[in-house]
Parts: sequence; C-alpha cells; structure tokens
Amino acid sequence: MKKLFFAVAALAIVATSVMAQSDPIATRKATMKKVGEGAAAVGKIAKGEAPFDLATVQAALKSMQDAAKVMPTLFPDTSKTGGDTAALPKIWETKADFDAKWAKLGAEATDAAAKIKDEASFKAEFPAVGKNCGGCHESYRAKKS
Amino acid sequence: MRRLLIILVFLAGAAGAAFWTLTAPTPIVTDSLASALETGGDVEKGKAVFYAGGCAACHVSQGQPEGQEDRLKLGGGLELKSPFGSFYAPNISPHPTDGIGKWKVADLVNAMQGGVSPAGDHYFPAFPYTTYAHAKVEDIRDLMAFLRTLEPIPGKAPAHTVGFPFNVRRGLGLWKRLYLDHAPVAEEVARPLNWNRGKYLVEALGHCAECHSGRDFIGGVIEKYRFAGGPDLEGKDWVPNITQHKDGIADWSAKDIAYMLKTGDTPDGDSVGGSMTAVVRNMAELSDADREAIAAYIKSLPPREGPPKPPKKD
Repeated sequence: MKKLFFAVAALAIVATSVMAQSDPIATRKATMKKVGEGAAAVGKIAKGEAPFDLATVQAALKSMQDAAKVMPTLFPDTSKTGGDTAALPKIWETKADFDAKWAKLGAEATDAAAKIKDEASFKAEFPAVGKNCGGCHESYRAKKS
Repeated sequence: MRRLLIILVFLAGAAGAAFWTLTAPTPIVTDSLASALETGGDVEKGKAVFYAGGCAACHVSQGQPEGQEDRLKLGGGLELKSPFGSFYAPNISPHPTDGIGKWKVADLVNAMQGGVSPAGDHYFPAFPYTTYAHAKVEDIRDLMAFLRTLEPIPGKAPAHTVGFPFNVRRGLGLWKRLYLDHAPVAEEVARPLNWNRGKYLVEALGHCAECHSGRDFIGGVIEKYRFAGGPDLEGKDWVPNITQHKDGIADWSAKDIAYMLKTGDTPDGDSVGGSMTAVVRNMAELSDADREAIAAYIKSLPPREGPPKPPKKD
C-alpha cells in the first residue's frame, strides 16, 4: 500500500514536470490562475466583503511564492506563441528584468508572509506586495479583453 | 470648352474657399476674456484635476528608470501608435521654450477644449480634447495653476510621423465638425450627487471612453460602441468593454470598480495591465469619494455590445 502511494506520488511529480516541459504555456496559465484565485479571495477581505482570515491571506502569499519560483523557468524560446498566450514578446527581449521582477515578488511575498499575523499587519503589508502584479502586467502581458 | 474650364476653375476655387472656412481653427477664449482667467487658480484643486484628467499617463518624461518615474516631470515623448502613424506626447512642463511655460490660462483652455494651439493650429485628437471640451473652465484654470508649480524640463518630443492625408492639420477642422462638441456635462437631478460627480469625472476629465470605445476609419468614436471596447489603436490588443453588457463588467460591483481604480486588482484576482496601469497610478491619487463616484457612473452605463472581434489566433 505504502509502495503504491510512493509510486503514485512519484508518477505525479514526473507527470507535472513533464507537463511543465512539454506545455509551458498551459503550466504558466495554471500557475497564474492559482495566484489569481488567492488574490481574488484576499481582494474580498480588502474590500470588506469577507471577514479577515489569516489562512486565506497566507495561502495567497504562498501561491505567489510558488509562482515566483517556477514562472521564470516556463518561458523557453519555443513558447513565444500558441495556446492563446497573452505573453508579450518583450518577455524574451528583456528576460533578465522579467526574472528580476519575479524574484522581487517572491522576496516580498515571503517577507509579508512572515510579518502578517493579524488584520492590522495585513492592511500594512499586503498592498505593497499586490503592486507587483501590475508592475509586470504593464509591460509583459497583452491586454485582456 | 473654354467655358467648361472657367466653370471648373470656379468650382475648384469655391471648394477651396469652403474647405478653408470650414476648417478654420476656432479658439474658445477670446483675447478680451484671457486676462480674467489669469487670476484665481487654485493649486490644490488643480492637482486633483491633473490626476483625474490623467495628464501624466501620456506626458510623463520618457527614459526615467522603470517603476520609479517621477510623474510630475512632464517632458513628454511617449509614443502613441495608431493606424494613422505615431504621435509623440509633447512637453507640457513649464519650460519657457520646450514646454508650455509661456502659455496663458487661455492658451490651455483653447488647447484642451478647442484642440487649437497658441499658434492657431489644430491638434490631433490623440490629445483627448473631445473629452476635455466638456470640462469647466475653472478646472482648467486650476490645472494651469498646478502645472506652473512643476519643474521645467528641457527637451522637445519627436515630431509626429503621420501620413497623408492625415498630416494636413487643416483637415482636422472637418474632423472636429463631426466629433467635437462643447456641451457641458449635463447634470441629471434625479441621480445622486456622487453619480453626477462621477459622470463629470468620466466624461469631462478621465476620458475613459477615448480608449474604451470602438472607432471608425477616421478615428471618431462610434456612438453605439461608446464604452463597449474595441481594437486597441496601437494594433495589438483589444480594449475591454466596460458597460454592463455580459461581455463587459456587469458582474463587477461598484465597489469592485473603485477598488480596481485604486489598486489595479480586478475581482477575479487578476490585475489590469498595459496602459491601464498608468491610468490606475493616476486614479489612485484621487480621493476615495471621487473613485466611488466614477464607479457609480460606470456601473450605470447601459449594456452595449462591442464591435465584432477577429477570430482568436493560435
């Protein structure tokens, strides 16, 4: 039974990494979707539409940290077009800056995760982290319609 | 034969004269009123007009370090691509020769509301005077008071690269006859005060419709596509429908709109990108009350279906 579990787990890990390599566009879309779900939940709290919930906030920060780790690896030269991607060519033209922006988000999300313990610290720390989203979408993503 | 020639010459002359008359740039403020406008400008109120009008989004000095631009340096230079060619936002800092340091308030009113330069030429409507034409003259007077407090920046923006026939500025006189009206924003007494404030901010200053509308082949807003989005004039993307249509933002609350204008974050957890990020940087400077007013007005826009989209490329 235990053996089976490990086998399945190993298979899942292999499958994920294969998917990441074979279809980076789908993987980065799924990654960003996860970030978006976290941000939407946090947005509800910020707008006062949902009560403050530390776990929700921490989960959102976690998804940002995870994305910051994996996203820079998901833009091989073969993934500039296709899959209805909204990634702009500028990503590959200034890849170093693109990667640096992800690193900044990762660092700030990690820092905020350590500092945010209650509603007051959430209000103080979260908005700055959220600003990173627009910072990248301004230059590197096509307009949404 | 000779008679025909005479008639033709006469007709050409008449057409020329008509074109000349119809396309004459007409300033809004006459000389006799100009001096009265020079006093009473309020810097603080002007600052609010500056952010509501989104001036910095286009006129900010280019080439500043990304992410830390000083948005009060208005040396211009931003390129606006369009099907007609490229426009470059001019220097509107108070520099005496490269900027607008020598302008009177009346010059700014004529520029923003008449689309006419101090030298008496038409401006291209890439400069959204079709919106500013609806603003209150006091607001422009206050705006000038604020602009005069800023740092003079040397340097001129590149010349526009617009092809024939659009480079014949005089022709813009005809364009203005079609698309420029000066009616003040009509107050609707049955609506709440903040809705009316929002209407003014959107229709006279914020110029949301300048990007979020479908346009015709000479660049005029198509009324049935007003606020309903359309192809980005820069040619790559699609500008979203912001009416209450199902393809628009019907599922956003007024609170969602106000929150997006402050943070850039959309209710689905995404954040706005492209040129809207610069818009949000300006909107974030407004008061909560003004953002809520804009939201109340946008939330009331009737549902409109936008122009047909091209099939998605893979």
